[in-house]
Amino acid sequence: MKGKSLISINDYSKAEMLRILDIAEGFEKNPRQPILSDKIVSTLFFEPSTRTRLSFESAANHLGARVIGFTDAATSSAKKGESLKDTILTVACYSDIIVMRHPLAGSARWASEVSPVPIINAGDGANQHPTQCLLDMYSIRKTQGKLDKLNIAFVGDLKYGRTVHSLTIAMCNFDTTFHLISPDELKLPSYVKQHIKDNNLQYHQYRTIEEAIDQVDVLYMTRVQRERFADPMEYENVKNSYILTKENLKNCKDNLKVLHPLPRVNEISENVDDMSQAYYFQQAQNGVYVRQALLSTILGVTK
Amino acid sequence: MKTELSVSAIKNGTVIDHIAAGQVQRVLAILNLSKYEEQIYFGANLESKKYGKKGIIKVSNKFFAPEDINKIALVSPTATQIEIRDYNVTKKEQVEIPNEIDGFVKCINPNCITNHEQVPTHFDVVDKKEIVLKCRYCEKNTGKGNIEFI
Ligand SMILES: [Zn+2]
Repeated sequence: MKGKSLISINDYSKAEMLRILDIAEGFEKNPRQPILSDKIVSTLFFEPSTRTRLSFESAANHLGARVIGFTDAATSSAKKGESLKDTILTVACYSDIIVMRHPLAGSARWASEVSPVPIINAGDGANQHPTQCLLDMYSIRKTQGKLDKLNIAFVGDLKYGRTVHSLTIAMCNFDTTFHLISPDELKLPSYVKQHIKDNNLQYHQYRTIEEAIDQVDVLYMTRVQRERFADPMEYENVKNSYILTKENLKNCKDNLKVLHPLPRVNEISENVDDMSQAYYFQQAQNGVYVRQALLSTILGVTK
Repeated sequence: MKTELSVSAIKNGTVIDHIAAGQVQRVLAILNLSKYEEQIYFGANLESKKYGKKGIIKVSNKFFAPEDINKIALVSPTATQIEIRDYNVTKKEQVEIPNEIDGFVKCINPNCITNHEQVPTHFDVVDKKEIVLKCRYCEKNTGKGNIEFI
């Protein structure tokens, strides 16, 4: 994994995913380890994503690395018509590794092909966001004590959510049963469902959280956006079914945890935050450990 | 017998027979033959017992690597590659969809980097029967009905 870019979760084998989770566990126990004090990390955010950028920068700082970069394309050379290739080749002269986020799908793969230093994809359009996927897996393993034989429910927009697609495909490496809770318009794409079937795993589809809640170990929430609906009336009809409330959790299993990639708008009521099931802020915290594991492993400085 | 004769018309080179109707120009383009300086004969709308109408191309003194000739299977899976050496047929094979497609098919995804910057396209053929191409960059599939050429 040393020197190898991370572009898509599909680039990692099951063993490699587990190795990153194990290394991340070490950073959770002991986060401040200045093992990258002679390294420079670039964060190139061609579109803003404050949360992801801060998480990477926090991870780099915990490791003692210096961070350089830009936070949106408006202030970068891309705005002046420079090609992505030229930007990457230039920035590679200044840093040991590049973390990039870009609005176009496939941009990160292209960058990794032209770059002499490794690239970590922090989101390429609607395509991939592999570090989110790994931190989700870390959170699942930490709260459930295992990755095998779990019942995972995805709630909300399962059609457009790349997070849901990547995590589903990654969890097909384990003996997962999937519970898919969404409006008809926003069902999981058939290629992802086919992937579940190809792995001889099961999925069940529902329209409401209540139908599935008593069976699940992990409830993964996503936002249902108005603009995804052709008919605005349809959105009004279904929107309340995908907002998680305290009442929804009445019949849940003791070990259930609620995850969310954040930012949240209104899809989880704030009165859920104090419940023992709410795990989304710790999930964000876990992102720092996972990114520490990735930076140090890819730079070849893992103890 | 008739085909044998016309095939023998070049001394050395390649005959591409049974090209699907209407695809001769496309095949010439895919094989980069527009700037080839030696003799090329081609015919379209010829009668074929097997396929109705067909096209044929004969290229003198040119032999194709399998990864190049197989590209044409995308537009004409019925095409046959016949190699001629000293007027004799030395090889006769139907083209086969290759495992990878480089450079001449457009990605269907409007938000793919290949449609915005000068990035040569690259696809893995994930289904040879249905012809499904998976973009190496955006990871989206382009299907048989959506194939556009650059
Ligand atoms: Zn593409």
